[in-house]
Amino acid sequence: MSEHVLEKQFVDLAHQSETAELGIWGFIATEVLFLGGLFAAYGFFRYLHPAAIAQAAAHTDLKIGAANTALLLTSSFFMSWASLAARDGESRIVARVMFVAAALGVVFLGLKAIEYTDDIHEHLWPGPGFSLPTADPKAGEVFYFIYWLLTGIHALHLMAGIGAILVIANRARHGVFTRAYHAPVRVVSLYWHFVDIVWIFLFALIYLPGRGG
Amino acid sequence: MNAALPFLPPSASTIAGEFNILFAGLLAITCAVLGLVVVLMFRFCAHYRRNNEAADRGHQTEKSWHWEVGWTAASFVVFLGLYAWGANIYLREHHPPPDAQDIYVVGKQWMWKIEHPGGQREIDALHVALNRPVRLVMTSQDVIHGFFVPAFRLKQDVLPGRYVTLWFDPDRPGRYALYCSQFCGTAHAEMGGEVTVMAPGDFQQWLAANASDATLSGDGAVLFHKTGCDGCHGAGARVAAPKLAGLYGGPVALRDGGSAIADEDFIRGAILEPAEHQAAGYEPVMPSFAGQLDEEQVVALVAYIKSLGSAPQ
Amino acid sequence: MTATTIVELPRPRGDSYLTDGTTLSSWLLTHDHKRIAILYCLSITVFFFIGGAAAALIRLNLITPRGLLLDAETYNRIFTLHGVVMVWLFLVPSIPTTFGNFLLPLMLGAKDLAFPRINLLSWYLFVLSGVIVLAGLIGGSVDTGWTFYEPLSSGYASGALVVVVGGIFVNGFSSILTGLNFVVTIHRLRAPGLTWYRLPIFCWSTYATSVILMLATPVLAVTLLLVAAEHLWGVGVFDPAHGGDPLLFQHMFWFYSHPAVYIMILPGMGVVSEIVPAFARKPLFGYHFVAWSSVAIAVIGFLVWGHHMFVAGESIYAALVFSFLSFIVAVPSAIKVFNWLATLHKGSISFEAPMLYALGFILLFTIGGLTGLFLATLAFDEHVTATYFVVAHFHYIMVGGMVSAYFAALHYWWPKVTGRLYPESWARFAAILIFFGFNLTFFPQFILGYLGMPRRYATYPPEFQVWNVFSSAGASILAAAYVLPLFYLTWSLFRGERAPGNPWGATGLEWQSASPPPTDNFERTPRVTRPPYDYPEPAA
Repeated sequence: MSEHVLEKQFVDLAHQSETAELGIWGFIATEVLFLGGLFAAYGFFRYLHPAAIAQAAAHTDLKIGAANTALLLTSSFFMSWASLAARDGESRIVARVMFVAAALGVVFLGLKAIEYTDDIHEHLWPGPGFSLPTADPKAGEVFYFIYWLLTGIHALHLMAGIGAILVIANRARHGVFTRAYHAPVRVVSLYWHFVDIVWIFLFALIYLPGRGG
Repeated sequence: MNAALPFLPPSASTIAGEFNILFAGLLAITCAVLGLVVVLMFRFCAHYRRNNEAADRGHQTEKSWHWEVGWTAASFVVFLGLYAWGANIYLREHHPPPDAQDIYVVGKQWMWKIEHPGGQREIDALHVALNRPVRLVMTSQDVIHGFFVPAFRLKQDVLPGRYVTLWFDPDRPGRYALYCSQFCGTAHAEMGGEVTVMAPGDFQQWLAANASDATLSGDGAVLFHKTGCDGCHGAGARVAAPKLAGLYGGPVALRDGGSAIADEDFIRGAILEPAEHQAAGYEPVMPSFAGQLDEEQVVALVAYIKSLGSAPQ
Repeated sequence: MTATTIVELPRPRGDSYLTDGTTLSSWLLTHDHKRIAILYCLSITVFFFIGGAAAALIRLNLITPRGLLLDAETYNRIFTLHGVVMVWLFLVPSIPTTFGNFLLPLMLGAKDLAFPRINLLSWYLFVLSGVIVLAGLIGGSVDTGWTFYEPLSSGYASGALVVVVGGIFVNGFSSILTGLNFVVTIHRLRAPGLTWYRLPIFCWSTYATSVILMLATPVLAVTLLLVAAEHLWGVGVFDPAHGGDPLLFQHMFWFYSHPAVYIMILPGMGVVSEIVPAFARKPLFGYHFVAWSSVAIAVIGFLVWGHHMFVAGESIYAALVFSFLSFIVAVPSAIKVFNWLATLHKGSISFEAPMLYALGFILLFTIGGLTGLFLATLAFDEHVTATYFVVAHFHYIMVGGMVSAYFAALHYWWPKVTGRLYPESWARFAAILIFFGFNLTFFPQFILGYLGMPRRYATYPPEFQVWNVFSSAGASILAAAYVLPLFYLTWSLFRGERAPGNPWGATGLEWQSASPPPTDNFERTPRVTRPPYDYPEPAA
């Protein structure tokens, strides 16, 4: 099995695995800068309009936000399990726990869809129909501008992650991964943890302002 | 100067003189470095060309680091000197003298609107008096423009949503080109005009000839009443609102615990975005006037509030 | 030819990469870094001439003060097209995607890049982005300039803005994936014995470039995303009328676009660092300093973006810091220039076309760099920023510098890439013509800028005409000189003399492979035992 997965530019499978892992770390670094730009815009705006942002953030759905945080953290647990099982060459366990992780991701998206529907009913979609009474009406709208962008981009990342998990889990189901070569499992799991960590920041920045004390 | 082949722009401000010396210095250093590079390159290329059998190519420098440290340090020292020189002039370019005359500028696609304190208005033209420092308080009605007078060696981007300032002390009478230096749409290249520097007597005549019914702050006073500002901020108002006399230029304690200096930009912000400019000790009841006043009206209000007196220095 | 062998390599047998598959799909679905390099080379050549045609229209129009043939709106669209196409479809990808792709595995002694499929994906994304961008620019009417300054772009531009910005967004993915591929390849695929200090400088500078591509491009992507969203929703973080701040846009834009300048020049410095030792037959002087100066430029380059905003309304304290850092970032560039000159000392110099381009690069880059000091000087910048002085300055770096370096690389590695020799006299003639045409085009623009002519002017006061006419005359020479290589290089593809493996007698692993190299580059993985540029010292 391991013969045909070795690509010609690598010396051996260990070389190939380490290279793939360095690749995903590099990719995560670019993602940090990408989302960092959005977070910087958010931070700058919150610095300019603290009161309005707090008022606007209080209109987010904390229950769904908290439930989704719990879902993603649990799915990360299953991804870690998959990594460990892959290290031991337990390909079938890898497939099973990865499917669970992906399923949790799908539930997250389902809850998110419900939340988005509610938001639209509450006129929180930026544009002419937007209505939310805040200290500075424009700033409230800009908060929701950032909210839709950040959570939308996060949801796209999550979808990509679910897709990658399904592909790799399917390969695992066919027993492709061995003790010697399971880099794709490691790679997809690192990516999934990253998407999870981004959500934790999002949760704190979007759902929590204006709710303390 | 040869009119057919122009090399240098006219100089008409106190800063321009210093700037010209800085330019000469930069040019001298540049020519020296470039000359060194050219001479070394041509000398080496000629002497060590491959078919020159006579050249001594032995004893090549192996240990290079003392050369490296040498030219690194030399570059660094020269750069540091240039930095200090340029920064020094720049700092003075950004500290207007206290007696500078304020003139208001509003940029919009594609014209410059100038308002003198005496109520004189100009479009795409600015008249100023010789040897009398001028401070321009500028904003834009739409996109970013750039106020650029080459003869003064000065340029400032004019942004919507805030006031920026630029000052100069014209020291040579004449008419000088004014350009828009920040790309602002289709007719960007046409958004220019002329700055006329006049002898003080001529300038007084010009002011008198172009006088309007009211001064800028007079316009502001009318607006202050018409817009209803005086309902709260007026002398006999019963609502507890901050007093505006003596406000300008002093510190203001803010509701969120911070403090700010009540410059033109702060006063403008307080009118258009009161929620973000709450003074301490007052209820946040003032409505925003964004969308109800255009930038020229805001300028008149700011001029009026300034005319109510400055904070003691 | 004297071959100063680093390693003993058996001559690879069999087909070259050019003959290994001749169908269209063998090219369009290739994973071979060398073929992907060729695909890139063809696409950026197309984009270079599209951007060049726009430049020609600009210079033609500026012959007369009222504009020779274009109205203001068309003129604004043309310079927007010129900027966008040249920056993202030519300069940023130019050397990295062609010579970086072709040479990196060869120089490292590897069979391919770390991620060959991703490499092909990068090319498809690049072509897709080119199509989208051009559709938006030509079909729509985007006239914001390549900088997309707010609030002009989100509040006042036409809807095609979203298309153009979307194309650049896709382009960003291509850049990021290429950068990532190179960084990982340099880290992981070096041949045995090829330590960091045995790497050719081209690899160091490609590494520095790739790090910038990886870390700066995402910020551009997110900035453009915010612009597009603001344009669509009518609310956002940049336009004051939408509740935003236009200076935030400038900070985010220049956080990418200043490092992007180094994306556009570092690879050129790498090329010159290869060519100067090869034609001086002498090791590169101060190898460690040249290598680390690339890294220094990449790192400090991330901290100087605010020097684009000295008159934009940023605080004077920020301006003081950014001015200081801008002087600091010039130091490593000065180090490079002095080291190239010192490499010539006691060399055995010959003047084939690559060397002429490289010497031209050093002179033009020096002028570009020195005028950069003018702009870093706060008080001076206040007069000349946003004028033709800036236009001249960055064209000296990007056209005088980077395009010269690209042509230098094209001629130097032409025998390796194609297996043919180019006609030397024609190439020398073109190199000299480009140097003179370039200076005639852009030097007058320094004077125009100092006189106060703002950039992006469709019409201008008559007193500026004389220098504009000089500049346009130079541009016509430059245009002819740029078309010339297209002819003689194409001719050499079919009629050129067959090239030996190492026509220049240069060191470097790529010259140990055949010309053109076989698909797998090396029959046996080379083992490196000597430092780079290991040219022997002649007896005294």
